[in-house]
Amino acid sequence: MSNEIAILGAGMHPWGKWGHNFVQYGVAAAREALADAGVPWQDVRFVSGGATVRCGYPGYVAGATFAQALGWQGAEVNTSYAACASGSQALAAARNKILSGECDVALVVGADTTPKGFLAPAGGYRPEDPDWVRFYLGITNPTYFALYARRRMDVYGDTLEDFAAVKVKNSKIGAHNPRARYKKQFTAEDVAASAMVADPLRLMDICATSDGGAALIVSSVEYARKIGKGDAPRVAAISTTTPTFASSVVEMPDIATDSAAAVGIDAHSFRSTLPLKAYEEAGIGPGDVDLAEVYDLSTALELDWIEDLQLAPRGEAAALLRAGDTAIGGKIPVNVSGGLACFGEAVPAQALAQVCELTWQLRGEAGDRQVQGAKVGITANQGLFGHGSSVIVKR
Amino acid sequence: MSDKPLAPAIDGWHTMEVKPHLIGTQCNSCGSYFFPMNHAYCRNPACDSTEFSEVELSRTGHIWSYTNASYKPPEPFVAAEPFEPYSIAAVQLEKEQMVVLGQVIEGVSCDELKVGMPVELVLEQLHETDDDIKMTWKWKPVKA
Repeated sequence: MSNEIAILGAGMHPWGKWGHNFVQYGVAAAREALADAGVPWQDVRFVSGGATVRCGYPGYVAGATFAQALGWQGAEVNTSYAACASGSQALAAARNKILSGECDVALVVGADTTPKGFLAPAGGYRPEDPDWVRFYLGITNPTYFALYARRRMDVYGDTLEDFAAVKVKNSKIGAHNPRARYKKQFTAEDVAASAMVADPLRLMDICATSDGGAALIVSSVEYARKIGKGDAPRVAAISTTTPTFASSVVEMPDIATDSAAAVGIDAHSFRSTLPLKAYEEAGIGPGDVDLAEVYDLSTALELDWIEDLQLAPRGEAAALLRAGDTAIGGKIPVNVSGGLACFGEAVPAQALAQVCELTWQLRGEAGDRQVQGAKVGITANQGLFGHGSSVIVKR
Repeated sequence: MSDKPLAPAIDGWHTMEVKPHLIGTQCNSCGSYFFPMNHAYCRNPACDSTEFSEVELSRTGHIWSYTNASYKPPEPFVAAEPFEPYSIAAVQLEKEQMVVLGQVIEGVSCDELKVGMPVELVLEQLHETDDDIKMTWKWKPVKA
């Protein structure tokens, strides 16, 4: 299809709390992606960075910061901020440049360092900022994940054991991922013994914050063929759609949903609308997908995503999990990278990290994590203020 | 509670009566409700109205979901010492067809809540300052 671009290279700095500046993570990831692609840095004509807002001035101009660190060579530059979808928007910017014929090869890179504990808003008395309001009223990020989890329990009959099983599954596979932060294989007993954070979610149900970096070298399909990589995995779709009015699920950081009281407006959830454009753009359906990398900010949220991606009917993701179908060797493996459960959040990097994993999987280079015969993978994530993304990679 | 005067934690978001209401707005053109108040532009994509009426929202609804805060949230939250966990509910207002988050009244644990349970709006202390007691809305379970 005409809107496809090739993924020539993928790279990551191992995630964890390493104490470095975010630029160091990004440069390491970029150099690995360049080496993987076999493309000289000077040939990259567009640098697309995911912004980080917790690292001061350079973070706001991440694209240029990485370009300078790698050595100015006159490429065009771009920085994208879209909360957890920053990496996907940076990838979309690179795709647009390539498809418009303005460049052949682009570097897409995101990296971050994150503070320990709860993410908190800026200070002062600022009731006009919904992020400030919800913290003032005592509503943190885990509150939202827990509301979704508890609803699954009361409406679909999901159990605490189901949620723990997601953590057990992801940590079992992620423990062998050399780039993951956490290498411990958690048991259901470990999850149950961890401290309650937001009922029904315990500490081991919720992902940590982390430092990390991820990068991709992408190009036109013609360029890929020219350098002998015509069979490289392709980005077949990028969806960064916003919600549609009236979204019926209360989304961070808002304390109320849209009102669906006006005549003729159907209420629906934002998450489920994100992959629709991706499927349409790639010209495939959920049945064509071999594996998925989704945003397990909480164990229960992985189950929501499986249904939002239409990999299981609404309310039946736990049944899929119980049957082993979302594990390696199952019908539709989910988060074989280990997911955020094993990586932690490094906001501008994580949407790219998902695409890196799909790239390695589709090239058959994922080692212990390999999903046999994987041809199509999908990612999904969601952040603040209507930012989210879904990317389809195929081979 | 001390004898300091009562003041809303955030001005103009709810009435201060015994049976309080959240204060929202309703679009004069399409009828969509907004909370907190929106006076500027209708967020219904099919409506470009800039005319809104202030309305008191329904003070009863049904629980859409619920959880609790077992850990003390960061600032600007002002926690009592020692910190006491509290419950939180997302409540569906039927007429407005919207969900509004808020704490559940003190002393109600998650074990006592259920999706679909009817609740009503009350005021309770959020925190105390040197000058007054900051009140906010909370959800209180009611007998069906």
